[in-house]
Amino acid sequence: MSALANHQPVPIYKPGDRVRISLRWPEVSDHVHIRTPAYVRGHTGTITRYFGAYPNPEKLAFGRPAEAQNLYHVAISLDDLWESSNQNASLLVEIYEHWIERLE
Amino acid sequence: MSENHTHEHEHHHDDEHEHHHFPSEESYRTLDLLIQALVAKNVVTLEELKRTQIETEKGDPKQGARMVVRAWMDPAYRERLLADGTTAAEEMGYSMIGAPPLGVLENTSEVHNLVVCTLCSCYPRKLLGYPPDWYKSDTYRARAVRDPRGLLTEWGVNLSQSTQIHIVDSTADYRWMVLPMRPAGTEAYSEEQLFELLTRDCLVGAGLPTTLS
Repeated sequence: MSALANHQPVPIYKPGDRVRISLRWPEVSDHVHIRTPAYVRGHTGTITRYFGAYPNPEKLAFGRPAEAQNLYHVAISLDDLWESSNQNASLLVEIYEHWIERLE
Repeated sequence: MSENHTHEHEHHHDDEHEHHHFPSEESYRTLDLLIQALVAKNVVTLEELKRTQIETEKGDPKQGARMVVRAWMDPAYRERLLADGTTAAEEMGYSMIGAPPLGVLENTSEVHNLVVCTLCSCYPRKLLGYPPDWYKSDTYRARAVRDPRGLLTEWGVNLSQSTQIHIVDSTADYRWMVLPMRPAGTEAYSEEQLFELLTRDCLVGAGLPTTLS
């Protein structure tokens, strides 16, 4: 699965947890490779699935030592994303744990 | 030759895919220079590149369609497919060595899954081969996450308003395939007849299996 991810971190979140995708823009001040699409940042959703841990692509992309990051499916209502109504649709997006914040 | 490099490569070349069916002469020259440099630095050998190309070209939507048909006919295989797509593909004799994990999402009367990659063009290539051009277009990537029902309707995929759409953005380590719903009235169909109902687009939720009229 993930060669560098010898250490399997314990997942912080579980299916059903309400979370927020971090609202951060590291690309403004640095050369980066980020897998969290801009359009989901700052939005709230629900953890639906845990996939295990994978080497952090933000470091892997630059050939740097990459720690294992837990990866989840987060579901976000399309109406919440786009301020639309009655789409009856949700986005399912893979997000690494360091981009997820618990919604209190 | 890791998946991550592929990811970046696709990202930077998307504009080209939008406007040309064939890469320009200049792209070929750049590619040649890149290969020469990688070989000179012992990053890859020409033999490794050739082997990778041969493996990549084994990908075919028919492989995914065979898995779908088996899942329709064999409930135990369906369970295994939904639990672990990679293992279920290998069980059919399709090599998934070196491929990212394959996840399979089931379409039902309640939920319709549609796969997209808004960052670039991630697609279960190892199993299904190269993605279609529309899958890589900016238009598809933008509209799929913004108005999936409108997009599907334009493509003739008319879903009930009560069917929830799950738009699946392939942003990270998984690649996604859809297990379409078996059409009503196909209970007596043979394996080959079921196979004929499936198109490449069905396997990412952009089409529906069509019954013989």
